[in-house]
Amino acid sequence: MGAVGGITAPKEAARPVWAVSQARAIVAAMVDKQMTEDEVIAELRDGMTIGIGGWGSRRKPMSLVRAILRSDLKDLTVVAYGGPDIGLLCAAGKLRRAVYGFVSLDSIPLEPHFRQARQSGAIEFTELDEGAFYLGLLAAAHRVPFYPTRAGLGSDMLTMNPELRTVTSPYDDGEELVAIPAFKLDAALIHMNRADAAGNGQFLGPDLYFDDLFAMAADKTYLSTEKIVPTETFLDEGPVHTLRLQRIFTDGVVEAPQGAHFTECPPDYGRDEPFQREYAATARDPDAWEAFRSAYLDAPSHAEYRKALEARP
Amino acid sequence: MSNSGHVTAEATIDEICVVACAEAFRGDGEILCNPIGTVPIVGGRLARATFEPDLAYTDTVSVLPANDYPVGDPDAPKVVESWVPYRTVFDIVWSGKRHVMMGASQIDQWGNQNIAAIGDFRQPKAQLLGLRGAPGNLVNHPTSYWVPNHSTRSFVASVDVVSGPGYDRMRELGAPGNRDHEVRRVVSNLGVFDFRTDDNRMRIASVHPGATVEQVVEATAFELAGTDDVAETRLPTAEELRLIREVLDPGGARKAEFR
Repeated sequence: MGAVGGITAPKEAARPVWAVSQARAIVAAMVDKQMTEDEVIAELRDGMTIGIGGWGSRRKPMSLVRAILRSDLKDLTVVAYGGPDIGLLCAAGKLRRAVYGFVSLDSIPLEPHFRQARQSGAIEFTELDEGAFYLGLLAAAHRVPFYPTRAGLGSDMLTMNPELRTVTSPYDDGEELVAIPAFKLDAALIHMNRADAAGNGQFLGPDLYFDDLFAMAADKTYLSTEKIVPTETFLDEGPVHTLRLQRIFTDGVVEAPQGAHFTECPPDYGRDEPFQREYAATARDPDAWEAFRSAYLDAPSHAEYRKALEARP
Repeated sequence: MSNSGHVTAEATIDEICVVACAEAFRGDGEILCNPIGTVPIVGGRLARATFEPDLAYTDTVSVLPANDYPVGDPDAPKVVESWVPYRTVFDIVWSGKRHVMMGASQIDQWGNQNIAAIGDFRQPKAQLLGLRGAPGNLVNHPTSYWVPNHSTRSFVASVDVVSGPGYDRMRELGAPGNRDHEVRRVVSNLGVFDFRTDDNRMRIASVHPGATVEQVVEATAFELAGTDDVAETRLPTAEELRLIREVLDPGGARKAEFR
């Protein structure tokens, strides 16, 4: 499957005017950015700062996260609205630092592997207000050094992060605000419901989260997707407002059906709650962790992982 | 008030707490009502279904439903009046047009709240959720708290981490940073508390039927104001009980928060 040229006849059903004009146009040949998970991971280096899209246990690029787990990568800094991505990277000893506003499995409020890493002092951490976190991404996306906010004033956010500075408004109000520094990312990993081979991404669920900002904040962005579709069929999948990730910000596309498993990826699938419970329980029992690891995490490819899922009782 | 023939049983503690949470939103008008946790969510929906009809509220995922529908039922039909992905929620926080009711693992006499960690945050004894949105909430719009397990472990002399800053921190911060700060009320399984004292120290506003002032004082690790002549939390009306039991929480999900 690749970027497709040629002419497509407009559908008979009523479509918005932009869709019709697109369907009639000749689609220019676009670069094909398809890669495998392992090819993406080969682009990453020890010590990198990596942003991961999604939110909690929702639409996380889990096939890419698992590819990191089975690689030699180490000392990573991960920036995320954290879920099992951060938990798994903690459990596998891949993290030097986590940057987050929260880390949660949603239906299981506290992420047990992340908690263990914090409680044992295994990782460094930057914990921010979750709205301030958005501004760190936005600042990096817009290439400004910081964005100002009131969030953090009076709370322990400044105590926990002594490197954070405040800034005084240059206008007459003279208000003092917190300057949230840009989260410059070496790479970003995100998962979309649909993408084309050129790296345009489409979300079909209820929330884009901050995935567009992760892509803009990163030097390189790698996108996994449930399905690679021809560019000219995007608007058969969802309305134009769902096309929120532009190929000018993406560097690689991995087709990974079920690639967000066990996190949710609506409307393609919901969260695999029994699997998530099994994952969470491994934090209490080293033997269970080893069994989980060898059954699922050590699977040498996403295809093998899916076979292991199918074999589940 | 309508005379519903369906409600006969006395109000139980979970229903009294739902109404106490609903009362936190009285007078808020046309803002985003954003309760977190089952009892506050039923309370917020009850407020809108009764005395505060202009409230908008979230389904806690991504839309604002315009109808009254039951908690804990993902298939309940929703009339969607708007789309509020998380990015929009933050924009609304910063606009000030919101009143959140959060949980608190610890809260102190000035209303400082902790949901981040127990112990030293550098290497905590227990890592909790993290700061989440508490720092931004408190400096932007009214905040209330729901604490279902009132004890000296939750109502503490000093919180381990200040996620949501209270009145002493805001006095220190001063104007203009403190201009939108308000801890409206704290509802626990024993009573209702506010900060309407000369120095914004926590006060007993009312004690729930069945609880006593002595019980509240004993379960609180700091000195509470307003322990003389304490009012009793009001009982739900018959119409409120009908809405809670038949419309907003027919499955009784609210009861799970009382251990």
